[in-house]
Amino acid sequence: MPTLEIDGQEVQVEEGSTIIQATEKLGIYVPRYCYHPGMSIAGSCRMCMVEVENMPKLAIACYTPVSDGMKVSTTSEKVLKGRRDMLEFLLHNHPLDCPVCDQSGECDLQNFYMEHGRYQSRFVENKFKKRKAFPIGPHVVLDQERCILCTRCTRFSDEVSKSHELGVFNRGDRSVIDLNPGKTLDNPYSGNVIDICPVGALTEREFRFQCRVWYLSTEESVCPGCSRGCNISIHYNQRRGYKAGGRRLQRLKPRFHPDINTWWMCDEGRFGYGFADQNRFEFPMLRLDGELQYAEWDEALDKAADTLKQAVDEHGAGSIGVIASPQLSNEELYLADKVFRQGLGVENVGFENPWQKDGFSDDFLIKGDKNPNTRGAREMGWDGDIKAILEKAASGEIKVLYLFLHDFAEEEAQALLDKAGTVIFHGSNQNHSSAKSDLVLASAVWAEKDGTFTNFEGRVQRFKAALQPLDESRRDVDILLDLAQRLGQQLVYNNAEDLFMEWFGMTYQDMNPQGENIENRGGSMPPPSSGSAGEQPSAN
Amino acid sequence: MPLYTLISKDFYNEDARDANWYKQNRQGFEGAEKAFEMSPEDIISEVKTSNLRGLGGAGFPTGIKWGFVPKDSGKPIYLAVNADESEPGTFKDKYIMTWDPHRLIEGIIITCWAIKAHVAYIYIRGEYVRPYEHLQRAIDQAYEEGILGDKVMGRDFKLDVYIHRGAGAYICGEETGLLESLEGKKGWPRLKPPFPAVVGAFGSPTVVNNVETIAHVPEIIKQGGQWFADLGCEKNGGTRLMCVSGHVNKPDVYEIQLGTPLYELIYDHAGGIVDGKKMKAVIPGGSSAKVLTAEEADCDCSIEALQAAGSMLGSGGVMVMHEDTCMVKALQVITSFYAHESCGQCTPCREGTGWLLRTLNRLLRGDGHPSDVDTMLDLSGNMQGTSICALSEAAAWPVESFILKFREEFDYIARHGRSMVAEKQSVPA
Repeated sequence: MPTLEIDGQEVQVEEGSTIIQATEKLGIYVPRYCYHPGMSIAGSCRMCMVEVENMPKLAIACYTPVSDGMKVSTTSEKVLKGRRDMLEFLLHNHPLDCPVCDQSGECDLQNFYMEHGRYQSRFVENKFKKRKAFPIGPHVVLDQERCILCTRCTRFSDEVSKSHELGVFNRGDRSVIDLNPGKTLDNPYSGNVIDICPVGALTEREFRFQCRVWYLSTEESVCPGCSRGCNISIHYNQRRGYKAGGRRLQRLKPRFHPDINTWWMCDEGRFGYGFADQNRFEFPMLRLDGELQYAEWDEALDKAADTLKQAVDEHGAGSIGVIASPQLSNEELYLADKVFRQGLGVENVGFENPWQKDGFSDDFLIKGDKNPNTRGAREMGWDGDIKAILEKAASGEIKVLYLFLHDFAEEEAQALLDKAGTVIFHGSNQNHSSAKSDLVLASAVWAEKDGTFTNFEGRVQRFKAALQPLDESRRDVDILLDLAQRLGQQLVYNNAEDLFMEWFGMTYQDMNPQGENIENRGGSMPPPSSGSAGEQPSAN
Repeated sequence: MPLYTLISKDFYNEDARDANWYKQNRQGFEGAEKAFEMSPEDIISEVKTSNLRGLGGAGFPTGIKWGFVPKDSGKPIYLAVNADESEPGTFKDKYIMTWDPHRLIEGIIITCWAIKAHVAYIYIRGEYVRPYEHLQRAIDQAYEEGILGDKVMGRDFKLDVYIHRGAGAYICGEETGLLESLEGKKGWPRLKPPFPAVVGAFGSPTVVNNVETIAHVPEIIKQGGQWFADLGCEKNGGTRLMCVSGHVNKPDVYEIQLGTPLYELIYDHAGGIVDGKKMKAVIPGGSSAKVLTAEEADCDCSIEALQAAGSMLGSGGVMVMHEDTCMVKALQVITSFYAHESCGQCTPCREGTGWLLRTLNRLLRGDGHPSDVDTMLDLSGNMQGTSICALSEAAAWPVESFILKFREEFDYIARHGRSMVAEKQSVPA
């Protein structure tokens, strides 16, 4: 293992590492455009140049291999001049339309120029005109003038998505990024090019002009879109409520995890957050005169508890069916288990929608199971025959059906629900099942609560609450605890973390393997039985 | 020193295009016969002795380059003959391919035997239609005569030669850009190392040599490396073709022994300056070489001597300018070429070439500003040593040298908005 010196600090790195990897180990950030650790080295932006002792020219940190005893400077006069010169060249044909550019605020051209740029412009020529702001796919808009030709996006489409949509056309300063003939940027991972574009050349159609990035707050989360459990950040806006039609959740971005999703996430997950702000139950509802109408929480919970109690008292626990959901967190499933199975003695349980077929999947990230916590629900023993439960409900054997989240849209299910007795719908969004219910307990979506999901390979991963529950809706744990109280059960938990503590035996804080890795692992743990987080192999 | 005719003997001789004529009158393919009796190592050391240096521009010692090919990589080895000849002012390789193609084929056979290659590609400039046709005809004939193919000249040695036509890009003359283009990709130069001798075409070891370099190989084998070395000067053996163009009376390709004075080439062989005018400047090695003033040009034609004079022998394209030449306009012509041909991969070259051109255009329009001259000088400095290939430097050197050596013309046009030299271009037909 060679030892080298960077800016006076010694560091030991693996044989064959590059200088940029060594700087990263020391926490030194070298400005870069074309370098991305997830793709091949282009070495063309010339921004990451560093000075190496005994080398006549500046060396690019992304490609130059380390050697024993090497002395590197990332801050020498020569290096700073090199960066200043490259930035001057890069801005030479850049339109400088920052005031109307969506990337403004998270643009590496802005960031590096503020730090290293040459503030006295020497450029008086006319800029080269290229094509501006045109869609190249369902999610991405391209602005060729803003492009600095780092080729991250073309390498992404060649090496990661392997769909080869993008290429570089023409030569010299007429070079442009464009779609290859006959192609559209519509691969299942197209949104990633927006993240890796260091400038405003590739922007998101959904997010364009919705919100300035400096109004956004972020929170670490896990994608609820499938059982892969990609690590993500939720970008939300609560300071400009009048913008974007009141949408709070603005966008999702992938968050690095070495074994699950690395730097990427799929479009399905990235753009699948609409349910957090649309079509929501904003308050609990009771069916009066055949229609679901506003109810106070006390009223709704009393009604729910009374119905359940009455059924148990009159017909026994067999008259209650509980259909849990693989969309619920481990904490909620654990609590529901306490309330219904242990508390009331319910045995008619299930969680997997029998009509739901596996969706699109591939051998990269996307899993066919579109639920984030199927494995968690199964491990918690929620398996059961939902069809049988619905049939029992239709036949009158089950009097009260407590239904979490599920959307039973199929005719067969609808017909069974029509015949069922009391249906209590516990969920966040309006759907076909809720339309057939007698009582709605309005719950929070994943972005509004704390919890953990267990992904398909058994990793327990934490997601954090970014938002408050919409309007009067409440977090599921709070709803269930209030219900338990009304059912006369003594359950003493303050929040999801207490439940996690009891179930998993550690606090959320302890989950985060601090300092183990320079990358942010964001609190993801394999199950207690299978060794430490770092050793868990990544499976497909 | 008089002109020498080692490889230029048959220029304009149509008979020489025939393999049999070449065999009978020029001891054709005797070099290859002799080479087959030698071991590859002996050929490489013979070429090392000859001091043959790459004639495409960089002047890298050929024998040493061949020696870089790894012995046991388990991969096929390729020879790529660089016939892209796109440096402005250079037109020697097309003479070889048009008039003496069998000399090139013989050189390819010997080289492939030496580096153990069984496939050779000739990457020819797309604009070279006639040279391509003549070369292809010669290769076809070589196959018919059993000179190429499964049994090269009756020996147990297989060699196939393919011509690959470029699509007209200067950058594809850069060896790794050439290999990318050969592989069917966009001709963007590769990061180095690894060098082509280790990882070249299709991931395999590849020797990339200029046409003229290869054409010299048969005579080296026939007459010996030492004989070839003695023809030239120290460290720089043999003869080479010089392409003289510009304001001279007899622009043409001249074969000289290395070490011939540049003045002798221009005044004696190329007939001196048109209309008896005074020489103002010479670009000695293709347009990317630094310009020399008439005084500086008083040196010998050899890689070392021209380096000492502050320029380079490069591709041997000597461009002569007489006293009435506007150096700003001349630089604009050169710069517009580089701005057009920059591949656009690295930042400094992509943006720098276009910027320099636009500033020069503005100066020539009469809209200059006195600070423009310093800005151009600074930019050309920033373009050096900061890119993947040498095109950035090739574009920056002329700008730097023109401005440093003829600064008063640039300052004048920036201040007054018109050229200091009344333009009286008289390029001979």
